[in-house]
Amino acid sequence: MSPLVEVEDLSVNFVTRESNVRAVNGVSFSMMPGEVMCMLGESGSGKSVTMRALMRLLPPKRSVITGKIRIAGQDVLAMDDGTLRRMRGSTVSMIFQEPMTAFDPVMRVGDQIAEVVALHRGVSHKAGRQRALDLFDLVRIPSAQRRLDAYPHELSGGLRQRAMIALALSCEPKLLLADEPTTALDATVQIQVLILLRRLQQELGMSVIFVTHDLGVAAEIADRVAVMYAGRVVETGTVRDVLRSPLHPYTAGLLASTVHDQPRDQDLKTIPGAPPDMRRLPPGCSFAPRCPRMIAECNAGSPPPVTPAPGRIVRCIRVEQPEFA
Amino acid sequence: MFGYVIRRLLAAIPIALGVSMVCFALVYLAPGDPIQTLLPPDADAETVERLKRLYGLDRPIVIQYAEWLYRVATGDFGRSIANGRPVIEEIQRSLGNTVLLAFLSVLVAFSIAFILGTIAGRKSGTWIDRAVTGVAVLGVSIPNYWLAIVLVIIFSVELMLLPSSGTAGDTFDPTSWEHIQYLILPVITLSMIPVGIIARTTRSAVSEVMNQEFVVTLRANGLPEWRVLKHAIKNALPPVLAVMGLQFGTLMGGSILVETVFAWPGSGYLLSKAILTRDVPVLQGTILVLAMIFVVTNLAVDLFQSTLDPRIRRG
Ligand SMILES: Nc1ncnc2c1ncn2[C@@H]1O[C@H](COP(=O)(O)OP(=O)(O)O)[C@@H](O)[C@H]1O
Ligand SMILES: [Mg+2]
Repeated sequence: MSPLVEVEDLSVNFVTRESNVRAVNGVSFSMMPGEVMCMLGESGSGKSVTMRALMRLLPPKRSVITGKIRIAGQDVLAMDDGTLRRMRGSTVSMIFQEPMTAFDPVMRVGDQIAEVVALHRGVSHKAGRQRALDLFDLVRIPSAQRRLDAYPHELSGGLRQRAMIALALSCEPKLLLADEPTTALDATVQIQVLILLRRLQQELGMSVIFVTHDLGVAAEIADRVAVMYAGRVVETGTVRDVLRSPLHPYTAGLLASTVHDQPRDQDLKTIPGAPPDMRRLPPGCSFAPRCPRMIAECNAGSPPPVTPAPGRIVRCIRVEQPEFA
Repeated sequence: MFGYVIRRLLAAIPIALGVSMVCFALVYLAPGDPIQTLLPPDADAETVERLKRLYGLDRPIVIQYAEWLYRVATGDFGRSIANGRPVIEEIQRSLGNTVLLAFLSVLVAFSIAFILGTIAGRKSGTWIDRAVTGVAVLGVSIPNYWLAIVLVIIFSVELMLLPSSGTAGDTFDPTSWEHIQYLILPVITLSMIPVGIIARTTRSAVSEVMNQEFVVTLRANGLPEWRVLKHAIKNALPPVLAVMGLQFGTLMGGSILVETVFAWPGSGYLLSKAILTRDVPVLQGTILVLAMIFVVTNLAVDLFQSTLDPRIRRG
């Protein structure tokens, strides 16, 4: 089986007159069909920008994307506008953090879903509404028929996020990008939506990249995790390996900061120090200034990826290559 | 929706009453005692008293207001001091002309300004945006009576293409060039300020909507740019319509100078004649009717806005 997603050395620069923000700095990963990957990291580490880059949703004039993105065998960065539009919403779709602002406020949610279905499937608006109704049943929205005619503001946060999931699944995507889909919801609703997403992923067999800064969530639903820091993936591996025996000092810090059951929806800020200024990244390891295991060599250059065990990649010079590798 | 309509209608009543009070008070605010203007300066006190009784001016002001309100509500605005004709007839004759002018001007302004503003809003920060903003500022800052005169000099005096003033007859015939030609210069003149204001409002509404999160969702679902723009326009329309309604109301009452320059027999022209001849009943009646049109226009815009944006209905 060939990978569904291959990202190689992805970088995103936001260029403005005053500054040049290096939001993503050489991210590489790949995913097999049906795999669930969690992206972990403090806010500002470049998770959302990475997700948006995968669909080329960043403002084209102000952002420069370099590297390679292949999804379902197609080179995303080389796509023309038409191909890109056909991919968006059908092969790849996205769920956003804030369901309140993610829908057009002046259009009924059922019509918004129908519009997308009609567009990608070439069916009538009426057939699109029928599909929307089925989707509402799929995501367990009660009184689905009536809810199709609701405006976004008439739904509760939880129902809105379910409707958002229905919209994202409307054309049976192969890859679902979920950017902190539960952060804006109440704790009990968060769990319901999470359970729903996991069930749908299993039923539909799609791949999911799930952005979160909640390690508990990652442990629940992910096959693999990728930990981001200052625009780089500093550690990847299976969820078991990474959460049980973190190799990168940053991952270890993240884990240490969440063991004392703190509120789920809070940022992970307990590692001393602050993330670096993305306009002026240090030449060496970006985590070095906060790292308890820092040595002089850490500031010499950006650490290359090492593979201490099969399927694990860490960017830290303090992690030794094991003898068998 | 129905509840919202009722609420808005009820809210309009106190505004309308307030306006009517101001109009009623106009007689007392106007310089000079109305009785004095009717009588020769040397009239004796008894004659003054008799006339006051005759006009009901000796009774409590509240009673006077109630009676006046009743008469006005039944279409009796009194008679013009200048020519003795019923005020209502004067207003009826002129109002249609002003509505025609104001409506066409706002329509023309909207068509131009909405396109300009949408383009500028989508391309905010580019030279196109700056050019549209420049046009908008120009439109708002040129005094329109001055523009009226310049247009008359160019198109009537020099090029002799269009008539400089007046109309072709009492009833407007939209199929006849004879009638239409008189409208062109007044409509151009009057649409200048609305073009500026509507273009600016559209620009900021569209650019604000284009920065909203849901636009990313639309793109993330593969909608082509023109469809995204369609969503954006529907979101941007309510504030633009509100401004458009206000502009219509302003043109209904605010075209005094322009109607005078073009001798356009509308309510503005009627007002300016009434001011010159101190014809208080005509002034009072015209201002009241214009103010009511303003109130009704706003109400209509509010209700129309709420059909476009369901969130408005909640408030
Ligand atoms: N449109 C943009 N223009 C400029 N900078 C941006 C833009 N979007 C995000 N950034 C910057 O990129 C960095 C990463 O942001 P983001 O990916 O949203 O972080 P997170 O990991 O919390 O999702 C931040 O420093 C942010 O300020
Ligand atoms: Mg984010």
